[in-house]
Amino acid sequence: MQDFEIQAYPELWRELDMDLERFDKARQMLGTAYAKTFLSQANRPQKMAYFDKMISEIFGGRVEELMQAKKEGRPVVGTFCVYIPEEIVVAADGVCVGLCGGSQGSVPDAEKILPRNICPMVKSAFGFKAGRICPYFQAVDFVYGETTCDAKKKTWEILDRLVPTYVMEIPQMKKERDRVLWLEEVKDFKAKIEEVSGKTISSGQLAEAIKIINGKRLALQRLTRLRAASPAPISGKDALLIEQIAFYDEPVRFAAKVNELCDELDDRIANGEGAFPPEALRVMVSGTPMALPNWKIHNLVESAGAVIVGEESCIGTRYFKDCITEGSQEMDEQLAALTDRYMRIDCSCFTPNDERVTQVLQEYKDSAAQGILHYSLQFCHTYNIEEIKIREACQREGIPYLSIESDYSPEDIGQLQTRIEAFLEQIGG
Amino acid sequence: MYIGVDLGSRTVKMAVWDGERLVEHRIEPSGFEPHRQAEKMIADYRAKVVVATGYGRHLAAGHFADAVITEIKAHARGIFHEFPGCATIVDVGGQDSKVISLDAAGRVSNFQMNDKCAAGTGRFLEIMAASLAYTLEEFGRAALTADQEVLINSMCTVFAESEVISMKNRGIARDRIARAVHSSVADRLAGMLARLGHGDPVAFSGGVARNPCMVELLEKRLPRVLVPELPDITGALGAALHGTGI
Ligand code: SF4
Ligand code: SF4
Repeated sequence: MQDFEIQAYPELWRELDMDLERFDKARQMLGTAYAKTFLSQANRPQKMAYFDKMISEIFGGRVEELMQAKKEGRPVVGTFCVYIPEEIVVAADGVCVGLCGGSQGSVPDAEKILPRNICPMVKSAFGFKAGRICPYFQAVDFVYGETTCDAKKKTWEILDRLVPTYVMEIPQMKKERDRVLWLEEVKDFKAKIEEVSGKTISSGQLAEAIKIINGKRLALQRLTRLRAASPAPISGKDALLIEQIAFYDEPVRFAAKVNELCDELDDRIANGEGAFPPEALRVMVSGTPMALPNWKIHNLVESAGAVIVGEESCIGTRYFKDCITEGSQEMDEQLAALTDRYMRIDCSCFTPNDERVTQVLQEYKDSAAQGILHYSLQFCHTYNIEEIKIREACQREGIPYLSIESDYSPEDIGQLQTRIEAFLEQIGG
Repeated sequence: MYIGVDLGSRTVKMAVWDGERLVEHRIEPSGFEPHRQAEKMIADYRAKVVVATGYGRHLAAGHFADAVITEIKAHARGIFHEFPGCATIVDVGGQDSKVISLDAAGRVSNFQMNDKCAAGTGRFLEIMAASLAYTLEEFGRAALTADQEVLINSMCTVFAESEVISMKNRGIARDRIARAVHSSVADRLAGMLARLGHGDPVAFSGGVARNPCMVELLEKRLPRVLVPELPDITGALGAALHGTGI
């Protein structure tokens, strides 16, 4: 196995008031898991080197950049959901970081306070703050939550005791009056960011920010399209990793690096090279977010020899499938365009949400997948219930389908492995 | 000779197929290293192909097996061989229970497994038998002849066990409690089948299919239930049959 170390920054961590000893253990464990899960893969694209580096600098290099931004008086905002409009933060020259919530390690910290039977992502994220074991959580000026699911919106009230937490009201339906509400919320959000940064956002700055974030989304769309090739030019694990990094990297640099990787993938496709052999079965994943470092499902599927060719998920296409219409230099128009874009997100917290069923089927076709694996985090009621409609649609279309509900603990790995292998046997005939 | 070995959590099962019939079968405890146990069991036969299935299948692949298939495929293969045209399988093993839909050619078209919980598995029955001081055989027989039924509400092993204890303390007859435990498992299996949207007939495989009360209770809930002569061997037989195509 290749050596891999996540760089340690004890000075910085002390400055951030972290639990040093525990955190250092977490750092070593993550390094080992990363080497085993990622570096051991055959035929990786060379340009993954940048993303490997982003992981090795996850607890230091990138955090230093955030601290630098703070010193310059730029706002640093932590988020948990793809509904928070990062364009507005970027327009104020601020930094938006998606906070992690994908580790079993921080769940016990959360369970000292929160109920056990809620979503592991909420518990993990909360635990990172409660245990002081996430440098990003320590570095942000404040956190922005939203009223999507019950687990989140009630947790914000408790999280607010540990770190200032503001909440955007996300409507539950998509009627005209919901859009009006959301637009108001977007305006409030902008006002809050302006207050913190002490600057008024101009329409020129917003136009520029929209372009920047569109650029990031377009790069990720390009990556998704390339994954449709056979043989798949990149593993699902690597693609998921990139989608996860999208939430905390500097957006302009990130987009450039994704595009460089895509150039390499173009060449690979032209030469018929793949990360997996052409006969590898192709699976698409659909469902709840897979926050860093949650690689459980991808790891199981790809260890069984199949390749994952798409994620219909918040850490996946739900984050980047839509762009904001550019061109306007008029604030009201821009905010309206922004609102329209965000209203198109098909999160299961909305009702009805039938667009998502259509989207899943479309992505299945586009990615040339041979089966759909629905993944729902344990206790996520909205996705678990909406799963019924996805299942019915797959039955109707004759798409091989497997539904998995799981959390971050390793205890169900053996059973999941059996179910996934049986699913692949079913697809393979 | 085609050999199938099913390396389960409690026992290792072996089936030897000579190309036309099942010529031998054996069941041994898994022991600490199921793959060593399996290796010992197959040593006496000159196998052409060895196919492994069950929880220990990958370990077996590293040591002696020529191929591995999941329990789900193995059961499908084994059952369809015994009951051609069978549409659905309920398999209740030591650690898990599964329901499997088959297409007209006997291929797996859909399946479901119990979530990470012992309820509705052989293990659940064992724990409940022990807390009522029955052996497994006595447990099934007593439940079969109980004259009246009480109801267990809990599906969780831990809660069900405390429910059983409180029933004991209320002086409810042991055989009635045994029947209630069986009914709760049967209800759970019927629920899994309903979710799967199953077709008929339904075959019942796995070690628990030897329990006469479980068979009777499933028959009450389903139009037609088929039980193979050697329900524990189904997976091993399916694996051996898979070997003929390699
Ligand atoms: S699932 Fe819904 S609430 Fe959760 S991150 Fe995605 S969009 Fe936000
Ligand atoms: S996965 Fe579901 S339960 Fe968890 S935070 Fe998202 S919407 Fe809420």
